Amino acid sequence: MSTATLTPKGPSTLRGARLPKWSPYAIAAGSIALAVGIGLAGGLHSRVQWGLIAAILYVVGTYAIAAAVEGKRQAKDRIATSFVWVAFLLAVVPLASLIWSTVVRGVKVLDVYFLTHSMGVVADTEPGGGIYHAILGTLEQVGLATVIAAPIGVLTAIYLVEYGRGNLSKAITFFVDVMTGIPSIVAGLFILSLMLMFDMQPFGFAGSLALAILMMPVVVRSTEEMLKLVPNELREASLALGVPKWRTILKVVLPTSIGGITTGIMLSIARITGETAPVLLLVWGNAFINANPFEGAQASLPLYIYQQYANSAGSGAAYDRAWAASLTLIAFVMLLNLVARGIARWKAPKTGR
Amino acid sequence: MAKRIDVSGLTAYYGSHKAIEDISMTVEPRSVTAFIGPSGCGKSTFLRTLNRMHEVTSGGRVEGKVLLDDEDLYGTGIDPVSVRREVGMVFQRPNPFPTMSIFDNVAAGLRLNGNYKKSELADIVERSLKGANLWNEVKDRLNKPGSGLSGGQQQRLCIARAIAVEPNVLLMDEPCSALDPISTLAIEDLIGELKERFTIVIVTHNMQQAARVSDRTAFFNLAAVGQPGKLIEIDDTERIFSNPSVQATEDYISGRFG
Ligand SMILES: Nc1ncnc2c1ncn2[C@@H]1O[C@H](COP(=O)(O)OP(=O)(O)OP(=O)(O)O)[C@@H](O)[C@H]1O
Ligand SMILES: [Mg+2]
Repeated sequence: MSTATLTPKGPSTLRGARLPKWSPYAIAAGSIALAVGIGLAGGLHSRVQWGLIAAILYVVGTYAIAAAVEGKRQAKDRIATSFVWVAFLLAVVPLASLIWSTVVRGVKVLDVYFLTHSMGVVADTEPGGGIYHAILGTLEQVGLATVIAAPIGVLTAIYLVEYGRGNLSKAITFFVDVMTGIPSIVAGLFILSLMLMFDMQPFGFAGSLALAILMMPVVVRSTEEMLKLVPNELREASLALGVPKWRTILKVVLPTSIGGITTGIMLSIARITGETAPVLLLVWGNAFINANPFEGAQASLPLYIYQQYANSAGSGAAYDRAWAASLTLIAFVMLLNLVARGIARWKAPKTGR
Repeated sequence: MAKRIDVSGLTAYYGSHKAIEDISMTVEPRSVTAFIGPSGCGKSTFLRTLNRMHEVTSGGRVEGKVLLDDEDLYGTGIDPVSVRREVGMVFQRPNPFPTMSIFDNVAAGLRLNGNYKKSELADIVERSLKGANLWNEVKDRLNKPGSGLSGGQQQRLCIARAIAVEPNVLLMDEPCSALDPISTLAIEDLIGELKERFTIVIVTHNMQQAARVSDRTAFFNLAAVGQPGKLIEIDDTERIFSNPSVQATEDYISGRFG
């Protein structure tokens, strides 16, 4: 090829007409305005319909404008990008509106009094009372479930990744998979059948056992993934120094993956904290403070929400309490997630100089 | 300190696949022995049978004898963990422990084995880092993570870690293949110093390196892909590179093969 064809003069094939940077925002604003117009003109009452019209207009408009100005290939690129944005918004809108309505309705009665008092002297239809007994119950039940499920889960995962060979580990993997799919009500019924067999009354620890059944497979799976991420070279480096296998696991493999393992445990705690069905069957709920998880019915946050709603008999006070308890539950789960992220970052293997 | 290795009739398998067959050789104490040969001929596999790391791989199996000063490493009642304390290893890719500082990396072998005196630890770490020619570069940042070093420094850190436990034999599997010429030279010089105290076995694909650092050279080859690798010959390095007794060796060294 001769250099003559590369003369700087003449139209460059590398450069084409480009839409300005702000064009996606302009198109978005335009399609929203248009959608509102169409909605008003057509007498559409549902905001969801407005939103869908805006989304379609945005995607179509982006394609049409980009195709006209930039050409077909760029238009395809832009339409893919706009699809991603629309999908993202579709995913975020329900989440945001859920948090928004929970916060708006929850803050009404959420205060220190609410967090530090029980429902002991308040009828469900009257205002007042609080969720102290439910927070206490949830913390104890979830805490005990974690104490049971986390060590068993982590040790199982260590067995599967570090020692497991052959049929036993295949069988364990299979049963862990099956356990992951157990509906929470079934775990509850299982413990309930034991409880009836021994003729026992509902108590908090029974709920913990059911929650532990639900939590264990999640811990096993997440820990397994984290252990598999530890490079084999590190294990071999340690073994080649004459370090026994169990010490290698304890001092090299676990420290390398501890951040991820803790994150997995935290997330599984967050998951079981909201479980209602087994608690309903096994713990029953209690309007009074019962700090002993091993005897007598206890309250718990998800159960409290359900019971306030179910027993409200149309009372606004009970609804307000249910929302405030929901807000507390969401806040607690978010806190767990944040802590998990913090631990993951803090414990991540350091690469800095 | 340094010990003689005497291998006889050694065959190693991965599951049902026979990777090396019937290898016999003697490695003299206080010397450097280089293993050369085409890729896949079983040099790494053979090296790993010398400190019982081969059986760490799932399905890894060994037949034959490896005598370390008259004691069979594969005899009954031999603890592979103790074997690995006597026969240390440096890997192809530098693999410092990412959660540990430079100091802790070097101290890892002693700490994890639990047999050390606290007061001696700092001395041993300093001595090992000096032995690995790394002390001057890291003495001001011993508490920084080991993974923050350059590749060549990391490899020397791994050598320091291996010699800190005072093994009798040091196995090195292509220790310079990921390094630049200057780091390579540093490690070759180091090998020259270390052979005063240790028996050293090194796998390398670099003929000049084998010629430069080793006293004896072993050439491995395999008849065809899928066949087990075999030891073709082992002799003084000078002889192997000037006048080998097997034609295949000469072909391989001079770049004529197949
Ligand atoms: N983990 C393993 N599982 C199964 N087979 C293996 C494993 N590691 C190596 N092998 C096989 O054993 C044979 C010898 O491999 P080895 O790694 O010892 O070769 P090598 O001489 O070190 O090669 P290179 O010079 O490329 O490092 C090869 O055929 C290889 O496919
Ligand atoms: Mg190799």
